[in-house]
Amino acid sequence: MMGSNAQNGVVKTELGRRYCFAASHRLHNANLSDAENWRLYGKCNNPYGHGHNYVLEVFVSGSLDPATGMIANLADLDGFVQREVLEPFDHKSLSEDVAVFRDTVPTTENLCIEIFRRLKPFPKAKLERVRIQETSNNSFEYAGDNTEGFEE
Amino acid sequence: MVLLTRKIEFAASHLYHNPDFSPEENRRVFGKCNNPHGHGHNYTLEVTVAGEPDPATGMVLDLKDLKEILEREVMQRMDHRFLNYEVPELAGQIPTCENIARVIWNLLDPKIKQGKLHRVRLYETPDLFADCYRNGSHGATA
Repeated sequence: MMGSNAQNGVVKTELGRRYCFAASHRLHNANLSDAENWRLYGKCNNPYGHGHNYVLEVFVSGSLDPATGMIANLADLDGFVQREVLEPFDHKSLSEDVAVFRDTVPTTENLCIEIFRRLKPFPKAKLERVRIQETSNNSFEYAGDNTEGFEE
Repeated sequence: MVLLTRKIEFAASHLYHNPDFSPEENRRVFGKCNNPHGHGHNYTLEVTVAGEPDPATGMVLDLKDLKEILEREVMQRMDHRFLNYEVPELAGQIPTCENIARVIWNLLDPKIKQGKLHRVRLYETPDLFADCYRNGSHGATA
């Protein structure tokens, strides 16, 4: 019989997994004038859009299954992320190809919220938060409306 | 409160196999990690200690002390070892990233006397890592 180190109550363990996808977007708010959009979003408002190599980190928690030593089987997590996020987003225009971003500006903040919403129903573990690097200098995190994950 | 992080790397081998599973079940659940001869990784361990800097030294804890603790508790136990067979703390457990991180937490927590262990993050590869926190403190300070 395989065991775990029986510390499930004392130590909280999270599994982090990193994924990459490439997508384009344009930051543009249809309620604002062209001049206002340009002032607000600068070169990100370029009408033809531009792209990034996004790096997505997904954090899940749960008790370690003693039989497998795992919070969640990576194959299950990978399959879920693949279906919910990578297939609809990779090599796509977020502004044009993802329905929610027809009315919502596809900033990386909003992208975090949308990806969190898509991954929240993952059945095998609790989604804690998502972190997206838009570039190596910009990153964003979202842990749902209940922001307990951001406490010091 | 200040968070201080020290990083070390170690290389080790392991395999995933549950003797309670049939060979087919082992292959289905663990995939190529079930290869009977094992395989290896360069693990990266980040250890974060939380505390107030001592006014006399400006330090949360002396990095040299932390380095020695990591050397003694982690490097000597796990570096260039086969985790399934050579690390008694992992006996009877599947040496997943989650379980190894937790073993490391349990080894380090009692040894850190200045400041408090805040997070153990163990990377198996750049794309896969496990985090341990004290339950309740739950500081997702990235």
